[in-house]
This record gives sequence, C-alpha cells and structure tokens, in this order.
Amino acid sequence: MSTLVLENITKRFGEQMILDKLDLQVNDGEFVSLLGPSGSGKSTIFHLIGGLYQADQGMIRLDNETINGKKGSISYMPQTPSLFPWRTVLENVILNVELYQKPDKQKALEMLERAGLKDYANAYPHELSGGMRQRVAFVRSLLSPQSFICLDEPFSSLDEFTRLEMQKWLLSIWEQERPSVLFVTHNIEEAIFLSDRILVLGSKPANVIKEFSIDFERPRNEKLTLSTAFLETKKEIYQTLRGVLDV
Amino acid sequence: MFRKSILPISVMIIILIIWEVSTRFFDIPTWVLPAPTVIIQEAISGWDNYQHHILSTVTLIVSGFAIGISVGLIIAIVLHILPKIREALYPLLIMSQNIPIIVLAPLLVIWFGFGVTPKLLIITLVCFFPIAVSTIDGLRHTNPELIHYMKMAGASKRQIFTKLELPYAVPQMFSGLKISATYSVMGAVISEWLGANQGIGVYMTLASSSFRTDRVFVAILFIMILCLIFFAIIIAAEKIILKWHPSKEDQ
Repeated sequence: MSTLVLENITKRFGEQMILDKLDLQVNDGEFVSLLGPSGSGKSTIFHLIGGLYQADQGMIRLDNETINGKKGSISYMPQTPSLFPWRTVLENVILNVELYQKPDKQKALEMLERAGLKDYANAYPHELSGGMRQRVAFVRSLLSPQSFICLDEPFSSLDEFTRLEMQKWLLSIWEQERPSVLFVTHNIEEAIFLSDRILVLGSKPANVIKEFSIDFERPRNEKLTLSTAFLETKKEIYQTLRGVLDV
Repeated sequence: MFRKSILPISVMIIILIIWEVSTRFFDIPTWVLPAPTVIIQEAISGWDNYQHHILSTVTLIVSGFAIGISVGLIIAIVLHILPKIREALYPLLIMSQNIPIIVLAPLLVIWFGFGVTPKLLIITLVCFFPIAVSTIDGLRHTNPELIHYMKMAGASKRQIFTKLELPYAVPQMFSGLKISATYSVMGAVISEWLGANQGIGVYMTLASSSFRTDRVFVAILFIMILCLIFFAIIIAAEKIILKWHPSKEDQ
C-alpha cells in the first residue's frame, strides 16, 4: 500500500524559482502522469521525492511518513536505462534488492518470465536493443523493495514504433501488479493511454494548473488511442498545454 | 588472430635471415655479433647451465609483481576514497616516476643490502604506478548517470563503491596491469644486476664480462619470452573477467 503526497513544495535554485507551492497526490494503486513542457521542473520533482534535493518548504509524505531528504524511499526508473554493463539481465534486476537484503533470484526469474524477458536472463545489456533495456530497467524497479514507482520519461529515447510497443507492454505488466506510479512525460497520447489521472504542469515556477481524470476502462488496448473520446481528451489537454506555452 | 600474426612473424623471419647471412658474409666475430643459429645452439646446449637462473628470476618477478599490484590497488583505493589525500599525494606519485630506477637502485642496496628486499622494492616501484594511475582514473570516471541512479535507489557510499565504482574501473585496471607486467620483468633483471647470486640478470652480467655475447643474446631472448608470457597471462585473465565488455567482441 503506498500513497504519495506532496504538500506545498517550494524549491529555488539561487534566484530562480523552480517549484512554487506545488501540491500533488498519488493514491494507492493509481497511475498518475505529470505532463509538462521540457524544463518545467519535472526532474526536480523526482529529485525531491528521491531525497537528492531538499525542498525549501513543504512536506513530502509516503504513507504518512515524512521523507523529505530521505534517499531510497521510492523505486526510480530514469530516462536512460542505467543498467550495469558487467551484470547480466538477471543480476541487474536484483540490484536494488541487493542494497537492502539478500535477493530472491527465483522471484526475479518469475518476474522476468512474466515480462517476456526469460530468454535474456543471462544476456548482458549491450546485447539488447534499446526497448529491451528499458524493459529490464522497468522490471528492476518493479522488483525493488520500495513499492512506490517513479518513472522519468522512460520511453523518450525510443522511436515511435518501439514506444507504442513499450506502452502496451508496460500497461500489461502494471495491470497485473498495480503498484502506485508517478509517471513523467511530455507526450500527451502516452499520458492518456497509460494513466488514471493526468496533472498538467505549468512552467517556471511549476505548479499543477489542471487535472484530468482519465476514466477509460482497463485493460486498455491500442484501439483506444483512435477512439473519439480519446481524441477529445487529447484535444482538451493540448489546449491546456498551449495555454501554458503561450503565457 | 592467426591472420594478424602472419605479417609480424614474416617480418621477424626476414630480419633473422638477413642477420644470419650478413654475419656469415662479413665474417663478423661471434663475440661482436653472434649469428641467430649460434645463439639458438647456445640456448639449447647451455640449458642445464642457466635454467636455475630463469627459475629464480621468474620467482622474483611473480612475487614482485604481486606486491606491486597490491600496493598499486591499495594506493588507488585510498586516494579515491580520500580526495584530500589524493590532492596532496598525486603530484608526488607522478614525481616518483621521474627518478630513473637505475639511479635509485644503488641507494636501495646501501639501505637494504644484497638480499631479496631491495629487489622486490625495485619491482614494486616500477609496477605500482601504472596500476595506481589507471585504477584512479577508472574510479573517477564512473558514469555519473549510474551514480545518480544508485543514489536515488538509496545506496550507501560503501555500496556505491563496491557495487558500482570498483567494477566500473576494472577495464582500466587491466590496461595498467598489462604495462606493469612487462615492467616487472625489466625491474627484476635490473635488480639482479645490482648484486645477486642467480637470475637472468646475473647470467647476463657474467656473460658480458667474459665476452660470451651469444649468452647475452640468450638472456635477451628469455627476457622477451618472459615478457610475452606475462603479457599473455594478463590478456587471458582480461578476456575471462571482462567477458561482458562490449568492445571485446569486435576485436
């Protein structure tokens, strides 16, 4: 069970105000996307949650426990896969567990099998394609002892086709496991396709300017992306974002 | 691998043939320049006379090399963990390499006598540096993305070091090891010149003072062979340990 709450978070770098009284909440088992233009402080939010930065003001709470400045409270998947080249796929996915306890290889193998990566368990990262590496990185964050997952634009470096494959794959895994997820992206379609809720960020200083509830039925499939309701939502979000950029 | 070695081997054979023919044609005395065949003959017929020298040198090289790489690794790790000390000592480390070993050797003999200690010290001195420098570089250039990832995952400093930085530096470490391996052979021979009762260096000094140039060449031949063997061992170890390394596949 994990619920993440950010309350009234303010962060400055020198003169520049990056986050101004930001509030956001991710409920248990919910998939929430943060959507915003590049440079809107999305990564800063992750660094605050991850404990690498200290907020100037405000509280970050995970399951009612304050985690300001506390490292390792969440499971994190960065933009680049960040796999260790000398570890095999199996050894890579158990890395985070290793930091806290003795890893359970059997469990890791089962997870790899469910993720369709069983045949690659003993391969090295350089032998895999970009999409495959991202899958391994995602399995690693699923296996982490922390139950709350933060994904930082994980598919931004992939080509359009691989990206769609990865989104479908991510959904199929997520729908089985149902961890709470905070997902950062600048791709509107991706956000709608994956999320329960989308928070649109304004830039400089960043704040949630609008919230969209995405109520499409799960499990979702590709066809959804061409439905009228989907395109309506996309249009609405697009206009909101346009408003952000025009200001 | 085999195709690549054809070219250098044929060049070597040509040089040997020219050498052989010219010593015969110009009638060069053996004590000035012995023909390759003469050297080979001496290498075979004299084996019983000098084999104990080789054994002694190999022992010296192996123990010196082991001490040298341990010292090098320890220095690298200490300097990496304590950046302030690195700032203070790194220039001294480099300066230590500006002193020619041949100048330092007599001093070491004065201080430590003719036993095995000064010899091991000389080998250590030539060996530790390449390893220390390459390992420090390897540790310092750990991919910042991976360090960032480890921090987000809540890894402690110690975990970041053992799970990330140390393995990340291994390929660099091996480039240092390769240099040290050949240096250690040279260091061993030099240390034996200073005074020892056996070893290739001793055999070489004895041979040159009695104008047995053929034996000097036999010594040189064995020094080369030892260098190659040590180098090959390091390469083999590297292949086994770095089997994950992407660039190794292309070679």
